[in-house]
Amino acid sequence: MNAPGQYSKPAVIVHWMIAILVLVALPLGYYMTDLSLSPRKLQLISWHKWIGFTVLLLFIPRLIVRLTRPVPAPVDTMPGWQRAVASITHVVLYALIIGVPLSGWMMSSAKGFPVVYLGLVPLPDLVGKDEALGDLLKSAHELLTSGLLILVGLHIAAALKHHIIDRDETLVRMVPLLKR
Amino acid sequence: MNSKRLLAAALVSLILPLAGAGAYAAQPAGSFDQVLPAKNRIDFVFKQMNVPVKGHFKKANVNLVFDPAAPAKTTVRLDLDLGSIDAGSADANSEVVGKPWFDLKTFPTATFVSSSVKPLGGDRYEMTGKLTIKGKTRDVTTPVTVTQNGNTAAFDGGFTLNRLEFAIGDGTWSDTSIVADEVKVSFHVEAERRAAK
Repeated sequence: MNAPGQYSKPAVIVHWMIAILVLVALPLGYYMTDLSLSPRKLQLISWHKWIGFTVLLLFIPRLIVRLTRPVPAPVDTMPGWQRAVASITHVVLYALIIGVPLSGWMMSSAKGFPVVYLGLVPLPDLVGKDEALGDLLKSAHELLTSGLLILVGLHIAAALKHHIIDRDETLVRMVPLLKR
Repeated sequence: MNSKRLLAAALVSLILPLAGAGAYAAQPAGSFDQVLPAKNRIDFVFKQMNVPVKGHFKKANVNLVFDPAAPAKTTVRLDLDLGSIDAGSADANSEVVGKPWFDLKTFPTATFVSSSVKPLGGDRYEMTGKLTIKGKTRDVTTPVTVTQNGNTAAFDGGFTLNRLEFAIGDGTWSDTSIVADEVKVSFHVEAERRAAK
């Protein structure tokens, strides 16, 4: 089968759902961490966890779509090194989209706070309560998040560069509305 | 034949009370009143955003006198060092010291004084008493299970208290959609019988 010119509709939908959730969860995470303890903080932490778990849930259809639907080939004008960097970035982004929420969930378990999804569904604790492990997982969550932040930045910058400077179809394939 | 029966009956009538006394010796009388402080546990679970969070108190001073033969005469007094709380996280531990929560500077100790104990059958009892936290006194009732093991008895029980009745978590924290009003408290206390004098 020839590579299509567009991402499939399900791929576009699930990409943007995850994108929006990640773009909300990231600043929310940094903001809430700096707050002193208050009812608001507890509420924001819960929302942050719910968003993270939703991203994990959405990753399942994301992966299925990625593996079952043909992916458009990079535009012809793209040099080899850019293709290589793009595919590495995408693989690492996928890994971090799982790794960041998963490390957050584990950290929450280790700190003795089970996650109750949407305040309704108690999720299993991934590890037992352990203060030292909790601190370690907090560092891991922060480190992975920094990595995610950098890669998301790179991903957005590259998409905009393709659209604005190269004026090619790279971004349009994921944003059909932009079709020129 | 007849004299033999008589002898047997006499023997039995002699031995039976002795056997009774033997059983009595294995389960000696006396009150449990020597509390083993290292065994004390006061745990609690509260819900924040519907997430159960476990905590406990590290220091509780318990005085009790429990006589299995006269349970109604039981007396219990608890002095709980509220500063010894572990509310589940370092953040929470520094928060609960303040005025909206326990206001430790003014009210460092919570007390419970039993007023009545009634047997529910078997090793189960119902204890009622006055619980004072943060200057507010409320009646609480809790089931207690007593497990006797020789000269040691373990007392286990638990009840639910409403934190807002004691103004625990005042002001902005009184929003029960964030931190629920109900706090499940459970306790474990062990005591030995007074050393035979």
